[in-house]
Amino acid sequence: MSLLCLRNVSRRFGALTALSGISLSVEPGELRAVIGPNGAGKTTLFNLISGFFPPSEGDILFEDRPITAVNPAALVKRGIIRTFQITEIFLDLTVYENLRVAAETAMGLNLRPWISAAQKRAVHDRVEELMSIVKIGGKQDRIAGELSHGDQRVVEVGIALSRQPKLLLLDEPTAGMGDEETHHMTELIRALNKVQNITILFIEHDMNIVFGVADRITVLDNGSLLAEGNAAQIAANPQVQAAYLGAAA
Amino acid sequence: MNEVMRVATAAPKPRLNDNRRERLGLLLLGLLLITVPLWVPLVGGYADLASRVLIYALAAMGLNLLLGFTGGLSFGHAAYFGLGAYGTGLMLANYTGNTLLALLAGTALGGLAALVLGPIAVRRRGIYFSMITIAIGQMFYFIAVRWNGVTGGEDGLSGFSRQPIFGWPLTSTHFYYLVLGFFALGALVLWTVLNSPLGHTFVAIRENQKRLVFLGIRVERYVALSFAISGLICALAGSLNALLDNFASPDDLKYTLSGNFLIIVVLGGMRNFWGPLVGATIFVLVQNYVSAVTQNWMTVLGLVFVISVLFFPLGVMGFFKRRQRH
Amino acid sequence: MLLDIIFNAFNGLIAGSFYALMAIGLSLILGLNGVINFAHGGFMALAAYLAFTLVPYVGFWGALVIAPLLTGGVGYIVEQLVVKRLYLRDPLYSLLATFGLALIIQDMLRTIWGAQGLPLAIPDFLNQPLSSTYFFVTGYRLFVMVLAVVSTAGLFAALRFTRLGVRIRAGNKDLETISAVGVNILLLRSANFMLGIVFAGLAGVLAAGQLGLTPTMGDQLIMPSFVAIVVGGVGSLLGSLLGGLIIGVASGITTAFYPAGSEVVIYLIMGVMLIARPRGLLGQEGLFE
Repeated sequence: MSLLCLRNVSRRFGALTALSGISLSVEPGELRAVIGPNGAGKTTLFNLISGFFPPSEGDILFEDRPITAVNPAALVKRGIIRTFQITEIFLDLTVYENLRVAAETAMGLNLRPWISAAQKRAVHDRVEELMSIVKIGGKQDRIAGELSHGDQRVVEVGIALSRQPKLLLLDEPTAGMGDEETHHMTELIRALNKVQNITILFIEHDMNIVFGVADRITVLDNGSLLAEGNAAQIAANPQVQAAYLGAAA
Repeated sequence: MNEVMRVATAAPKPRLNDNRRERLGLLLLGLLLITVPLWVPLVGGYADLASRVLIYALAAMGLNLLLGFTGGLSFGHAAYFGLGAYGTGLMLANYTGNTLLALLAGTALGGLAALVLGPIAVRRRGIYFSMITIAIGQMFYFIAVRWNGVTGGEDGLSGFSRQPIFGWPLTSTHFYYLVLGFFALGALVLWTVLNSPLGHTFVAIRENQKRLVFLGIRVERYVALSFAISGLICALAGSLNALLDNFASPDDLKYTLSGNFLIIVVLGGMRNFWGPLVGATIFVLVQNYVSAVTQNWMTVLGLVFVISVLFFPLGVMGFFKRRQRH
Repeated sequence: MLLDIIFNAFNGLIAGSFYALMAIGLSLILGLNGVINFAHGGFMALAAYLAFTLVPYVGFWGALVIAPLLTGGVGYIVEQLVVKRLYLRDPLYSLLATFGLALIIQDMLRTIWGAQGLPLAIPDFLNQPLSSTYFFVTGYRLFVMVLAVVSTAGLFAALRFTRLGVRIRAGNKDLETISAVGVNILLLRSANFMLGIVFAGLAGVLAAGQLGLTPTMGDQLIMPSFVAIVVGGVGSLLGSLLGGLIIGVASGITTAFYPAGSEVVIYLIMGVMLIARPRGLLGQEGLFE
């Protein structure tokens, strides 16, 4: 059973066709990269999968159940969590507080005006765990808004992890990062996939990361699926070279 | 695992000092408030004035839950204050001689209104939310003005006064302690909420609604809840206010009072738990002493609004503490 | 009975004209300056009092022209001193600052001119009723309505055809872009603010002729004016005009049947509109939602 399955999915905005005839499937445990030139429809794809809006045509199945008419909050409960191109975290709170909200939400405690000491301990432990997974423990009392761009994105991944995603959607996770931060994030993505066994779908422009980390690569161009395969296959594909890599070279 | 242990043991140290300082400050505050009837006459004040400060502070703290901590700009919170006042007044005037029961009735009335109207207001965001709150406030104001037979109309509701509780007469000084007791209760409720997962959710809403939606939270429900709790606390304050004056009037519902509560919150510091107490102290003192000195106290009040917004947007507490985390 | 309804409806139409004029100014300022101007009622009253002082020297017509313009000048000063600094901040701050300004203005009016009500002399020929059955239809009242419509139309035309107007309309959509094209945003904001205040001033002088002057007259009109914007639609001038007239008439007709509800009905209409169609009658979708 594929974890995620798109069958002939299209999405139109009025006269503009953002995606057409997309069929793909993601297996559990995969680390899949989605690449393509700007305007290829990558973020639209993410928006469809995370329930921002429904497809104009076609079906999307998650764990063999359709998600075509479901809202974002419900999809989160099904296990689809995403990060955004523009980092969405709680800027005026500390890193610890950011992750605390995430942990409490994951544990379903949001409505409680009071929790027991044991529950507080459990929340604290979960936050510590998240911080150690994404390796941001040393900065836990820093205000998120004052962190570097790269660190903020790491916090966002931490928040996403709190809900124990079955499918993690990362929208350009290394955008705007310097070398060291990119390395940290790349290692984090690898660890999440290999160690924590989280299925990850990520949009990326940096080819080094894509070829270095991804199991399989999906290439979009002008709203259509151009190619799909592992790193070697994609690198050798002449159409991909022409549409994308060729332009870069 | 090792890393987790290392991080866990590294964290506590700065926290302990912070906590001690907080506890000390709280103790001092408590001491100050309990001994008010002793020292307030020495600075030219009186018990009723102190009661007024605490009542306004309580109302402002209630408002601050919604405004400063959840991020909802309500410009009609006097509605719940006024409902508390009228509820208490009507209860005492017509149905019972039990002060505590009247207090309960007023608080329940205002709280219920906030509970019912909150979900309607939160269906819209931003400036439309604010306008709905204004509409609600104005509606109750005009109902109070027009419903002469029940509310006394423009002249206000009199004909009641606070009765002794279990034989204990409510003189100004005694009443102050009653107010102090309920203020502490209200503050405790708010403090507990703010330091719980519910409170954390409120603050997260203020910070980034979108992120919460994509974490699976139905944001409107929480804003409505914040609205309800906030209205309940304001209603409690309003009820106490009616008992202080032995009087309730449409002014307790007017948008000008809503504006006063807002400025108290801003003046004290919007994201600070005790900010409203500071703001209320300043506000009541200015209102009281300035009106004794000059005819133009309204101008002074207006200047307070303008100057604090222009030069002290973080409020007094924000000015002293760079930011308070809650 | 029918006459009663017509009488009240007509009164409502006049009140609605005042609401509309106020709402238009408020809408202009909200649109481009992004400020909720709670001092709008104060400026309105200021213009009325200035007119009162001017009438003995320049007559009613002179005062009708000069007072709003003078008030616009005061508006400019206020904008430079206070409002300008609040443009990029949370709307809460401009709301509170203008609220404070309203208090100051009201107090100053009371201090300078006294707390008691004052009359504003209007030309005799306007004060005549136009028929004996419809005694309430005086020339002045018709004049008020006509002026409200004409000035709205004039503003509309100015926004369409003058350079300043085009810039205001563009600025409503995207200040950053027009700044990049070389338009002086600071000047534009000031001009827009003044324009809005002039409309408030106009409402003030006209209202004074009808209702007389008191320091609190601004108070009475500001809230319904907000309702007018919401009902008519934020961002639409025609909407503000319609909104004002509609709630005026609704309030008037309610007075005929159930006087105690004449104010509440205004807020009920607003509440219903906000829930059912938040953009208002003619507003643009998605604004502030």
